[in-house]
Amino acid sequence: MHAAVIVFPGSNCDRDMAMAFERAGAKVSMVWHKDTALPEGVDIIGVPGGFSFGDYLRCGAIAANSPICRSVVAHAEKGGYVLGICNGFQVLTETGLLPGVLLRNVNLKYICKPVRLRVDTADSAFTAGYSAGQEITVPIAHHDGNYFADADTLKRLHDESRIAFTYCDNPNGSADDIAGVLSQNRRVLGMMPHPERMAEPLQGGTDGAAMFATLVDQLADA
Amino acid sequence: MKARVHVMLKNGVLDPQGEAVRHALGQLGFDGVEGVRQGKVIELDLAESDAEKARATVTEMCEKLLANTVIESYSVEIA
Repeated sequence: MHAAVIVFPGSNCDRDMAMAFERAGAKVSMVWHKDTALPEGVDIIGVPGGFSFGDYLRCGAIAANSPICRSVVAHAEKGGYVLGICNGFQVLTETGLLPGVLLRNVNLKYICKPVRLRVDTADSAFTAGYSAGQEITVPIAHHDGNYFADADTLKRLHDESRIAFTYCDNPNGSADDIAGVLSQNRRVLGMMPHPERMAEPLQGGTDGAAMFATLVDQLADA
Repeated sequence: MKARVHVMLKNGVLDPQGEAVRHALGQLGFDGVEGVRQGKVIELDLAESDAEKARATVTEMCEKLLANTVIESYSVEIA
């Protein structure tokens, strides 16, 4: 399984994400934002956390218009897998690959702490290693993680079981406690919490490791 | 030719920053501020000299980058 991790100026979770994929057995290529093409044979693209382009204009807005993002969108539109974590989630909403947008946290504070998440669907290559309803602990670290979408979009996300994770104790004001959402074909996941920061015992927990292990398993067979 | 773009959160989208400003104004003794919405102003210097063309181009810029129309509305002034 071959994963590509995109690196923007201001990305700071790119290496954590690469390590989580590597530990799970994937081959990983780091791809600079000015590159226009992805390496041959990429199965999944990781869009990492951080503060791409200093969060100027809106979080993720400048990154979403960088040269490599045209290839990321094309990869997704062909049915390829994409995982966006934290700033990566913000980038994916700005590209339009995922619905909604991440607003400033309702208490206006940057929040960095482990949170309890509920896995809302096991029906995706990202979440098949968990069971629906299972609770896991994964950290958040963001200032703009307050998920917003209009009522019709929220209803569609519920009806199509596209809410992957919800917060057990909503830290940021997100609509319907949403922490992560899937695309319609269930091959693009965006989430604010950081499973790559809970992927081995030295990090204080391993609840995030199953996501990477399952992705490597499922995409290796594909 | 200069253009000025105003970007505002749409009605119905919670504006935590505006709400914090409203709260701070109340603490300073400014009573009766019933709502605060915070937006941004973006000024552009354009080589274009035709006002209608400039407006069309800036509108396209708003749609593609300057505003996120999921949550924001925008208006364009050409001067």
